[in-house]
Amino acid sequence: MHEYVWLIPLFPVLGVLINGLLGHILPKKVIGPIACIAVGLSAILSTMIFFEVKALPPESRILNDVVSYTWMAAGNFSVDIGFLVDPLSLVMLLVVCWVSLLIHIYSIGYMHGDPGYARYFTELNLFVFFMLILVSSNNFLMMFVGWEGVGLCSYLLIGFWYEKKSATDAGNKAFIVNRIGDFGFLLGIFGIFFFTGTLNFQEVFAKAPSTFAYGGLEITLITLALFLGATGKSAQVPLYTWLPDAMEGPTPVSALIHAATMVTAGVYMVARMNVLFMMAPISLMIVGIIGAITAIYAATIGMTQFDIKRVLAYSTVSQLGYMFLACGVGAFSIGIFHLMTHAFFKALLFMGAGSVMHALAGELDMRKMGDLRKHMPHTYRTFLIGTLAIAGIPPLAGFFSKDEILYKAFSAESTVWETGGVILWAIGLTAALITAFYMFRAVFMTFYGKSRVDHHVAEHLHESPPVMTTPLWILAILSIIGGWVGIPWIESLNLFPQWLEPVMKGKAVVSQLTGGIPAHAVHHSLSFELMMALVSVIVAAIGIFIAYKLYIKNPELPERLTYGRFFPVYHLVLDKYRIDELYDRLFVKPTLWLSDKLLWKVVDDKIIDGTVNGVADLAKGWGNWTQRLQTGYVQNYALMIVIGVVLIFSFVIFLN
Amino acid sequence: MSYLLTTITFLPMLGVLILLFMNREQGKSMKMVTFVVTLVTFLISLLLLRDFDLATANVQFVEKYSWIPDYGINYFMGIDGLTLLLVLLTTFFTPICVMACWEDIQKMVREFMICLLFLETGMIGVFVSLDVFLFYVFWEVMLIPMYLLIGIWGNPARRIYAAVKFFIFTMFGSVLMLVAILYLYFEYHAATGVYSFNIFDLYTTVLPPSTQLWLFLGFSIAFAIKVPMFPFHTWLPDAHTEAPTVGSVLLAAVLLKMGTYGFLRFSLPLFPNAAIDYGVWIFLTLALIGIIYGAWVCIVQKDLKRLIAFSSVSHLGFVMLGIFAFNATAMEGAILQMINHGLSTGALFLIVGMIYERRHTRMISEFGGLSKVMPAFATIFLIVTLSSIGLPGLNGFVGEFLILVGTFEKYKIFAILGASGVIFAAVYMLWMFQRVMYGEVTNPKNMVLKDLSPREWAVLLPVILFIFWIGVYPTPFLRTTEASVHNLLRQIDKKYTLVVNAEKQGGYYLSKIEKMPPETENR
Repeated sequence: MHEYVWLIPLFPVLGVLINGLLGHILPKKVIGPIACIAVGLSAILSTMIFFEVKALPPESRILNDVVSYTWMAAGNFSVDIGFLVDPLSLVMLLVVCWVSLLIHIYSIGYMHGDPGYARYFTELNLFVFFMLILVSSNNFLMMFVGWEGVGLCSYLLIGFWYEKKSATDAGNKAFIVNRIGDFGFLLGIFGIFFFTGTLNFQEVFAKAPSTFAYGGLEITLITLALFLGATGKSAQVPLYTWLPDAMEGPTPVSALIHAATMVTAGVYMVARMNVLFMMAPISLMIVGIIGAITAIYAATIGMTQFDIKRVLAYSTVSQLGYMFLACGVGAFSIGIFHLMTHAFFKALLFMGAGSVMHALAGELDMRKMGDLRKHMPHTYRTFLIGTLAIAGIPPLAGFFSKDEILYKAFSAESTVWETGGVILWAIGLTAALITAFYMFRAVFMTFYGKSRVDHHVAEHLHESPPVMTTPLWILAILSIIGGWVGIPWIESLNLFPQWLEPVMKGKAVVSQLTGGIPAHAVHHSLSFELMMALVSVIVAAIGIFIAYKLYIKNPELPERLTYGRFFPVYHLVLDKYRIDELYDRLFVKPTLWLSDKLLWKVVDDKIIDGTVNGVADLAKGWGNWTQRLQTGYVQNYALMIVIGVVLIFSFVIFLN
Repeated sequence: MSYLLTTITFLPMLGVLILLFMNREQGKSMKMVTFVVTLVTFLISLLLLRDFDLATANVQFVEKYSWIPDYGINYFMGIDGLTLLLVLLTTFFTPICVMACWEDIQKMVREFMICLLFLETGMIGVFVSLDVFLFYVFWEVMLIPMYLLIGIWGNPARRIYAAVKFFIFTMFGSVLMLVAILYLYFEYHAATGVYSFNIFDLYTTVLPPSTQLWLFLGFSIAFAIKVPMFPFHTWLPDAHTEAPTVGSVLLAAVLLKMGTYGFLRFSLPLFPNAAIDYGVWIFLTLALIGIIYGAWVCIVQKDLKRLIAFSSVSHLGFVMLGIFAFNATAMEGAILQMINHGLSTGALFLIVGMIYERRHTRMISEFGGLSKVMPAFATIFLIVTLSSIGLPGLNGFVGEFLILVGTFEKYKIFAILGASGVIFAAVYMLWMFQRVMYGEVTNPKNMVLKDLSPREWAVLLPVILFIFWIGVYPTPFLRTTEASVHNLLRQIDKKYTLVVNAEKQGGYYLSKIEKMPPETENR
């Protein structure tokens, strides 16, 4: 079955072709289902392949070079189109296909009545195609194709309502900021090819230990360049600024691309290249630090936002930070684990927010919501489940993955930075507190308290149709049980990391190179682990309690707190630390000035053309001057002849 | 001996002959005649593809007749992997151009079409000539129709300025090249006692490095102007902006490639020591400046055509990077990128021509929201824009990637800085696209614009097809260049070492002629 893996990305292409070419004649009733069926077929096929691979013994679960033919070859460079079926790519395939399918179905209801219905589904299917290419490729370059392809679809879908300037601005920003990351990815690819002579993942990973020195400059630079790509795609500091703006797109797009799948590609990339990253401890440390900084930084902004989608957007940035934190401490499987659970609950939360918007005629400001739980029971319940999951309340999915990240950070086995793990843990724990707070703030502001809904809108309040609530419930269930595949305290139930074990060769490679696991590796007892988990839960509970105090008990208090002493700090955070403005001053404005005032108008017009025209003018001037000799008077010519003769004679005489 | 190349080169002249006998009023039929002639030329040129031998670096389809024997001038034509795709690109774009100007050109149709046909002959002639004298004739001949196209059918305001500027810049370079050609010609005679303009004979001339440098510069400045490389590029924005659509298209798609081709055929193999010891640093630096400078200046352009013109400076910078990396991967990438640039930028000029026909303006600020009124046009424009940005899956990416990955082998810093061009390309293209296509329709004149007509579909679809084809499966295109590129690099290397060794022995050259393997000439 696995030899048909190429069909998985190809099914959505069928959807693209049908809806893209015939979308303007097909009836609406057909367009949505076609797109859903296309993704559904991929989902079914990837599930079948999953079970096929699961039946194999763990060591033979890596099936490389499934289908491979030369894509391009020039000089000594050659790269194939080929697929890699292994536990990691299967996890990604399953998550991407099934979550996409649910979001496609939801979109049928959500986008109903939009004039760009066919275009929407075409672009959504195209996205799924590129995303599946990204996760199933067996080499760096094809992965890069998917990588840029999803970026393109993100650009198109953010700017889906292209008549709105803010939407197309956000699309441009997303593409361009991502290009900065892609520049890093490209450099990484150049380096990989230069040193190993191939771009095939398995070959590169096999050659890496003998090609690169452990912790050497080359591997460090290469992995840092690759990580720059990851920070762009996964919206990490300092390239995160595009993601909050990306909320301009339709909400299901935010759920699919900017929460569940595309933005996690960076995490997938780092996990996929765990062998390389493990060989570069400094890079790994930077990954962890960037992850931790992003996690807490974005969380603080999340506390102050009033736009429900922006709260979720910053929350996504923050959660992605957790995933990188996990990778940074070498717990790649846990990073992927959190990627999966996050895909469930964050897709759920976004679609819940979409459902609220649907009911409130597109309203996003939480200050104009309140008391919606009575009107929208399904949306409310599922949203609450998602919130509990992200806050890390057991036994929901988010608890297991996030708690495991914090635990791994605490007991990190870094060779570079011995106490670093504890610091990362402390940052992560604080971010968890803030997360619980701002997510419950959102729940309370939206679904509890007094209704602040506009009168005209309030009359039309309604629960969303089943085509939208059904996917919500499915995701809600997944948000509850999704974490049960990785219960860390019981060996036989800790399935998820075991499943990924064959892919995570980094640790083995490192212990081979350095001769054993670093000396200060920490191993804690089960009771200690459970205690750590308890700490996380208590911290989350505190966050929820504060939110309860502030937004249910004393709803006028937050407003008052923002004045007085906290005023400047609050506004700095509310304005997202004014990083966008800083980038504008630092990069955008100077580039524009330089290009316009200096390069174009001075170098091009004045210096180069000035020189050319100067030469032309010189010739013209010389011609003008010499033409005066041609006066037309015979006397003048005669005079000239006489002068000439005299000169020649005197010259000759002088010489003699 | 086949007559294929002569046929392809001079078939357009047959069209000229027919046009001369037609009545002034038959504008439409004249266009039809031109279209048929250029289309037939294209179809015949496909035979080249069928019979081309991929395995050899030898020149193929050779035609060689004595022309002026006393001076060693021959009518000598042939193609190899360096030129096959370029010839096809030329024959491919000419019929498209005829279709594109169907509505646009209404006065002096005969004269316009004659210029176009002359231009085609000139362009093909440049690529297929293997006799330097013949090459030079075509090189100069081709200037005249383009000069007329800009000067007569261009934009009234500044067409004369642009035409003269174009002519003088190119002429300046050509004269330098002519001096260098003659010097080389007499050197060859001095060494062998035989006069010859045959490029393969001239390849065998071995000159000391100092002489090489002067001649190298003589040739290379001419080519650098044509490419155009910074700082010789300022003729291009003016020529592109003022030329009629078809002029811009052919200028971008084919004429600029003559510069890059010149480096491959003349500058590098004739003067390898100068090229490797000095040329690399000069031209890699200029290429890099071109990439970044061109892109930055693009960002602030207000005129669509001027923007695309500057983007050519940036894109051709990549090609030059690939040529001077002296690496097979990069060089194959560079040749492919010449084709890619032709397709993408040619298509961009066609597209701008289409909105120019509708609105008679090229200013970006005049547009906005066109996606709403012209959805099909929007899709095509988007694809071409992305191709120009170098999105993987479309043609531009393949060339750029191969160039950069090849350049990285030896010149890492140039590859790294060059790769930053991908960021700026996205900046100026997407911003332009946003301002033209997105937003609300604010200008009432834009409200009533018609979407693509069937003719316009026919103009654009073939180009789009290749944009996808090369992007998804470039191997067939790359394969045509492989043997010749390897041979060229080998040849350069061999001659370079020869001179270095001779220099080591006190600059004493055993013979000024090194016998190059004869197989490179004939089959």
